[in-house]
This record gives sequence, C-alpha cells and structure tokens, in this order.
Amino acid sequence: MTLRQRLTTSAFALLTATGLGALGASTAQVGAAQAADAHTGGTLKLVSAAAAGTLDPQINYTAQFWQIFYVTNDGLVEFRKSAGSSSNDVVADLATEIPKPQDGGKTYVFTLRKGIKFSTGKEVTPEDVVASFQRLFKISNPNAGSWYNVIAGSDACIKTPATCTLAGGVVADDAANTVTFHLTAPDSEFFYKLATPFGSILPADTPSKDVGTVPTAATGPYMVTSYDPQKSMVIKRNPYFKVWSKDAQPAGYVDEMDYTFGTRAEDAITAIENGQQDWMFDTPPADRLGEMSSKYASQIHINPLFAIFYAPMNVNIAPFNNKDARLAVNYALNRRSAVGIYGGPRLAVPNCQVLPPGFPGYQAYCPYTKNPGTKWSAPDMVKAKELMKKSGQIGQKVTVIADDQNVDPALGTYLVSVLNELGFKATSKVISANIQFTYIQNTKNNVQISITQWYQDYPAASDFLNVLLSCGAFHPGSDASVNIAGYCSKPLDAMINKNLITAVTDLPAANKEWAKIDHAATDGAPWVTMFTPKQLDFVSKNVKNFTFSDQFKMILSLAYVQ
Amino acid sequence: MSDTASGVPASLGPIESAPATAGRPAEGPWRAGLRKLRQDRTAMASVIVLVLIVLACCAAPLYASRLSQTDPFQSNLDGQITIGANTLDVMQADTAGLGLGVTPIGPTWHAQYLLGADNQGRDVAARMLYGGRNSLIISAASTVVCLVLAAVVGIVAGFAGGLTDTILARLLDVLWAFPIYLLAISLSIVLISKGLQIGPINIASDSLILPILIIGIVYVPYVARPIRGQVLSLTRSDFVLAARCLGVPAGRILLRDILPNVTTTIIVFAPLMMALNMLTESALSFLSIGVQPPGASWGTIIQDGEDLLYTRPMVAIAPGLAIVITVLALNFLGDGVRDAFDPRAKLRVRKD
Repeated sequence: MTLRQRLTTSAFALLTATGLGALGASTAQVGAAQAADAHTGGTLKLVSAAAAGTLDPQINYTAQFWQIFYVTNDGLVEFRKSAGSSSNDVVADLATEIPKPQDGGKTYVFTLRKGIKFSTGKEVTPEDVVASFQRLFKISNPNAGSWYNVIAGSDACIKTPATCTLAGGVVADDAANTVTFHLTAPDSEFFYKLATPFGSILPADTPSKDVGTVPTAATGPYMVTSYDPQKSMVIKRNPYFKVWSKDAQPAGYVDEMDYTFGTRAEDAITAIENGQQDWMFDTPPADRLGEMSSKYASQIHINPLFAIFYAPMNVNIAPFNNKDARLAVNYALNRRSAVGIYGGPRLAVPNCQVLPPGFPGYQAYCPYTKNPGTKWSAPDMVKAKELMKKSGQIGQKVTVIADDQNVDPALGTYLVSVLNELGFKATSKVISANIQFTYIQNTKNNVQISITQWYQDYPAASDFLNVLLSCGAFHPGSDASVNIAGYCSKPLDAMINKNLITAVTDLPAANKEWAKIDHAATDGAPWVTMFTPKQLDFVSKNVKNFTFSDQFKMILSLAYVQ
Repeated sequence: MSDTASGVPASLGPIESAPATAGRPAEGPWRAGLRKLRQDRTAMASVIVLVLIVLACCAAPLYASRLSQTDPFQSNLDGQITIGANTLDVMQADTAGLGLGVTPIGPTWHAQYLLGADNQGRDVAARMLYGGRNSLIISAASTVVCLVLAAVVGIVAGFAGGLTDTILARLLDVLWAFPIYLLAISLSIVLISKGLQIGPINIASDSLILPILIIGIVYVPYVARPIRGQVLSLTRSDFVLAARCLGVPAGRILLRDILPNVTTTIIVFAPLMMALNMLTESALSFLSIGVQPPGASWGTIIQDGEDLLYTRPMVAIAPGLAIVITVLALNFLGDGVRDAFDPRAKLRVRKD
C-alpha cells in the first residue's frame, strides 16, 4: 500500500524480540526425537466440498490451501506453529534469525540456513530467494502491488512483470549466503507479509506462470505428490526435510495426508462420526450441530477467529449515501438473530465495530444498541425508525447481494427483513460464491448492500482498517476494490496514515490509536458489522493433539492419528 | 367447411360426433368430452383436490393474518409464541451437550406455526400457502404461454409448409436438442441476475414474469411438434382439400377447420404441461433461480428446508408433499382429459 511507504523502522524491535525468543527453541534438535515418537505415522484424512484452486503458493489466496502451504513451504520467516496468541509471533524459518533493521528500517539482511533442501534434493540458495520475489511480480501475485510494492524496484516489476528483476531491491550474496532487502520506506508489517505463503521460497527454475495442479518443490516436512481438484490431493513426507526450527516448521507426525474433495459437509460429518474421515474443512451445517454437540462433544474444538461478518453499504449511491439511513440499519440489526443464524452464542459473538475482539488495537465499543457502550444488548428500533424518517429514504428499493455458501443466504434474507421493517423495499439476490466477492467490489455493478466476511491475513489492525476502509483501497470500476463500501474519509485516512508511522516506532501506542480509529470508522457507519465468528473443528476420535493457531487454524503437522 | 359449433366438419371430417338418439339432437364433441370427463371418477377427484389447493392458496392472507398471526415474509428470529400456557421461543437454542446451534420450532399442530418454523423463524404453513400461490400462478401462466406459442408455431409450420415449415421445424429441433433443465437454468441465470430489458419493456429480476416466460418457452417444442404433425396430417385430409377446392380462403380454413381439430390436443396437453411446469418451477426455485426472496414458492421452501433436514424435516417435506399431490392430481386430470377429448381415445372407447 502506498500509505505504508511512509513508515519508519523501529517497531520491528517487538517483532524481532519475539522472533529471537522463538529462535532459541527453534534450534533444538528435535527432529530425531520426534521421528522416534510413538505417535509418528499413519494417515490423516481430510475432506472438503471442493478444492481451492491452484497449488501455486504465490498465487493461491485461500485459507483452505494456505493451511496446506504452511506445512509444505517456508519463507524466510514464519508464524510460530503453536497454539494460542503465540501463533501470531513471527519466527525465523529459512533465515537463521530475524534480521535487525538497518538504514532506518529500509534494509534487512537475511542469512540463510545452510543445508536446507527442496523436495527435489536441490539446496536452497540466495538465488532462489531472489527468484521467488521476482516471481511474485511475474505471476501477478494478488497482493504484489499492495504488500510487496515497498521493495525497491517493485515499480518497474508492476509495470512490466515479465522482465522483473527487482534490481537493487532484493540482492543475493552467495559467498555470505545472505539476501538483502532494500525497501523504499520502512514497513512495520513487512515480516508478516514475508511469513504468509506468498513469501514462500521456491526453486529459481520454477516456471514464471501459475503452476496450476502441478506441485511446486517443497521445503517443509510435507510435499504434495498428487492433486486432482475434482477428486483428491495426496500429501506425503518430504524425504529431504530435517527439522531446523521446531517453532517454524516441526517435523509432523503423520506420514501422509489424503485430502478428498467433492464431499458435502453433511456427508463429511457422517464420515467423521464413523471414523472414515478425520477432519473437515467446511463449516458444519446448522442442523447437525445439536447431534454433534450432544453425541460427539469430545471431538469438537471451538476457537476464536480474527474475522468479522459484515454488510458493507455503498456510501456513494442511494439510499446509503445518506448517513442516517446507514445508522438506521446499524441500530435496527438484531445481532443476536444474526448470531443465531450462524449457530448460536457458542459459535459467534455480536460485534458492532470493525476490529474483531482480541485483535491488536481492539477496544470494545458499540454505539448501535440500546444502552450504548461496550457491548451490544438489543436493537434500538425506535431510534432506527426515527433515523429512517429523518433520512427521507423510506420506500427506496434496495437489493441485498449474498453468496450461495454456508450461512450467507440466510443472513441476506434476514437483512432483507430488517430493511423492509425499516421501510425500504428490499429484495435479495443470491449469486455464486465464486464471483460474489469480486462482484460486490466493482462499482459498475451498483451494489447497494451485501453480505461478506473478512478474515485477517496477519495480526495487525491495519489489515482491517487500512485495507478495508482507506481511500487508497477504493478503486472505482475495479473488481479489486476491497473497500466495498467505497468509504473515503479524509480525516480517517489522515489518522490511519499517521498511525502507520507510529506503529513502526511504538506499537503499543499505535494500537491505542488503532482503537480510536476503529471507533471513528464505526461511527461513520460504512457497514453493519454483525458478529465475529468462531472456528468449529470437528475431528474424528482418531485425531489427537489438535492444535489451533490463529494463523493456520488446525496445524496439520502437529496432529497425529491413533 | 364446418357445420358444428366446435368447427368440426361433421360431414367431411375424420371426427364423427356421437350418433343422434331418437328425439334428441346429436351431441357435440365438446359436450361428449365433458360428459366423459364427468364420468371419470379419478379425474373428478383430481379436480376437487386441485380446487381445494387453489382455494387454500387464495386464502393465504386470511390464514396469515387471522390464524397464524405472522408475516410469512419477515424474519422472526427473536420471536416467541404462546401455546396454551406455554411461551416458546420460535428459534430454540440447543442446550444438550455443548449447546451448539439454534433450531426452529417444530410443528405445533396449532393455528400458529402449524407446521413449525423455517430457519428465519417464519411460519412454514403460511409460507406454504403463499408459496403455493406463486407455484400455481407460474405453472398455470407458463402453461398458457407454452401452449399459445406452441399452437402458433405448430399450426403455422404445419399449414404453411415449405420454407416456413423447414425453418420453424429446425428451430424447434435446435431448442429440443438442449437438455431442458440445462436450458432453463442457463436462461434463468442470465435473466435473474439483471432482469430483462427489451426496448421500453423492463422486467425486474424478481418478477414472476421471468420464470413464467423461461418455463413457457423451453417446453414449446414438446407441444409444437405434435401439433405440427397433426396439422400436416389435417392439411392433407379430405375435408381440408375439399374446402380448398371450394375456394375457401386459407385463413378461414385455418380458423374453422384446422384450429378446432388441434384444440383438443392443446387441451389434453394443458394439465400435463402444467404438472411438468410446476416441477420445473420448483427445481429452478430450489436452485435460487426461480422465485426470488422474499417471495416464496414450494421450491424455495424446500430449499429453506434443505438445511433443516436432520432437525426439522417438515420444512422440506410439507412443500414436497404439496408438489407431489398437485402434480399427481394434474396428471390424473390430464389422463382423464386425454381419454375424454382425444379423438383416438374416443374411437378406442367406441370400439370397446
């Protein structure tokens, strides 16, 4: 993001500290011990309704396959593979340590570990690192222009991807076994961006195109050996893998993972109950929850997610270009009802604001409720109807756009009901989940209000506030305009920009400021936040050592089967 | 030239009316057909069932306001109802085990929530009645569209012959070649997303006219081809040749000699096509490309019930049963109409 280019460095002290702390443990020689572990072996059987597209870790932007890439691929740094809040820490992975910032936070020198090999048997070299970052641009990575444009030389790569060299941006030194990154400006989230699968290091000879269904060479404990998007994926041990950091990449217990595609969630639940499958990706259907929780309670794991379900309102077209109309919807929406649709209070928490509970910068705030304060209690229909009257939008036609997956159609129907109760003439349109997210972003489609979700990419408040609500995230006429509401507030933008700079030097202070920005954005009412969901994982009784990470959800390499 | 009220040429045509009994005028084919239909107990039972269904669906607003006392189009996720001395949540939080999930109230067998609630807390019985109205309207209107278009195409192709027939027949072949549901789904996806605008005519995407047109059009070949075949046969028949020899204008032959003879075919098709159209409408609505929310049809209610099959199967079973009963009644009626009006059936009966 262009706004991030103004940053200065030293907030990395925090990241560095956490990374270094992790490093101590990471160098433990656990590989041999774990190999001899009694729990090692067996096959973990995974199932989902559909595959998630390409196997290219530098292109695929889905939670489903990121979970796989986290055990097959490595970046220079990685999120710690552990449970709880420590899973948000960045630790060194292919690099020996998290480098200290130089040149005011604009230069980082990573030293590569020696002896790490790809699943092809070839050793990982600095040249591979340079080629991987060039490849990010050559294959038009979805976030190349927003996450990695801070690397020097990226401008030319964005203009002409095919000839991308990142000259002066990413420099290899084979003799010293180092890779130096030069940034155009300090970026407090740079390590986070390197820790996602987009930052995976691939062999230099990996084709500069989407690999599709052909697996890329792996560095992690596992590698994909076969993949048919219509049928299945087989993941086996990488014969060249040796543990170099238990925190970054533990050896993994199971010898094989078989991922079956094309199984409906209903059938997947039955299969797991019968022990025919071990874990399902999809959300369990609401009508099976009671049965699961009463008969198979010990096989259920519920964990909080850094995510929100929300209804962005297009602030640039009628009727939601009227703030009173937007406020009215916020006051009228019964968040308890929305939570009920998702599965009840054990599976979701009512939310009024942009940031999810527990996220960096979160301070509870809810103005859109009876008795406004920190917690949503009940809708305030009296106030909502007063605002509607004041807005003059009664009788306006509104179409709610929802996708056809999971609870979204039901949320859309409920929202239509709320809008009609307010006096709008509302209908809903359900469109395929394959296109809905891009459809609602494009201003040419004149979407008034929609149902969507946002899950964190990494644990930074800017991943919600800056990404979803800054003027820079609004691109009229484009399918990639993730500021779906089209909300552009200059004062809010100024606060965000200022705080991105603060985040570099003083993260606690920045997080306090993010809370204020969050509250200001909530007051602007560009959307209706409904709730923050929780993750329900249903596993077979064979699965042990279920470990939930905020980043990877279930850590596949830490589960073992009996 | 015709000499009966129905236009059937009694002296020249292939269809002979019932023999006159002493002292009574000859019974026309329509009257004879209706008499036969009235004598068909299965067909009459079907008519009664259909009338009851139509009346029940027409009474939907009355049921919703007086008995159910709910708005079947508004979510009622936080609502409560009182049955006897008990106050119950419409959406009931599960308390067993980990306490996951919220389940709609099941059938109460009382006026309120007779068949329970759907996943929006809406009264399924009230929605069934409203949904039935849409299902019946769409299936009936699309049947009319289909039969009118098929009659026009079939008669023009069969009567005009030559190039006109070749073009129309090939167009029907092209339409026939598409798998019917694939064609209906494709048309629906295209039209439901943005509606239909042809010149000054603008049909909104949530209008019932769209599914009516789509379903009506996709079935045209199924009716038009037999009509065309019948017209081809009729144009070569003696009474039409005689009329032509007498210099009767083509338009008059069409109206007075051809059309009355294909009318029975169209009538025979009507209930059968209506049954088929109801199934198609249900399928499209089930796939979210038929009746659009907050409207309802039996297909959309089955879709609503899909996610409640394990806990509240009634939400899907009730509209499913309604479709089965209505389609069966239409098919039985169709059989009766065919037996009563189809000339071949009549001859067969006479031989018996």
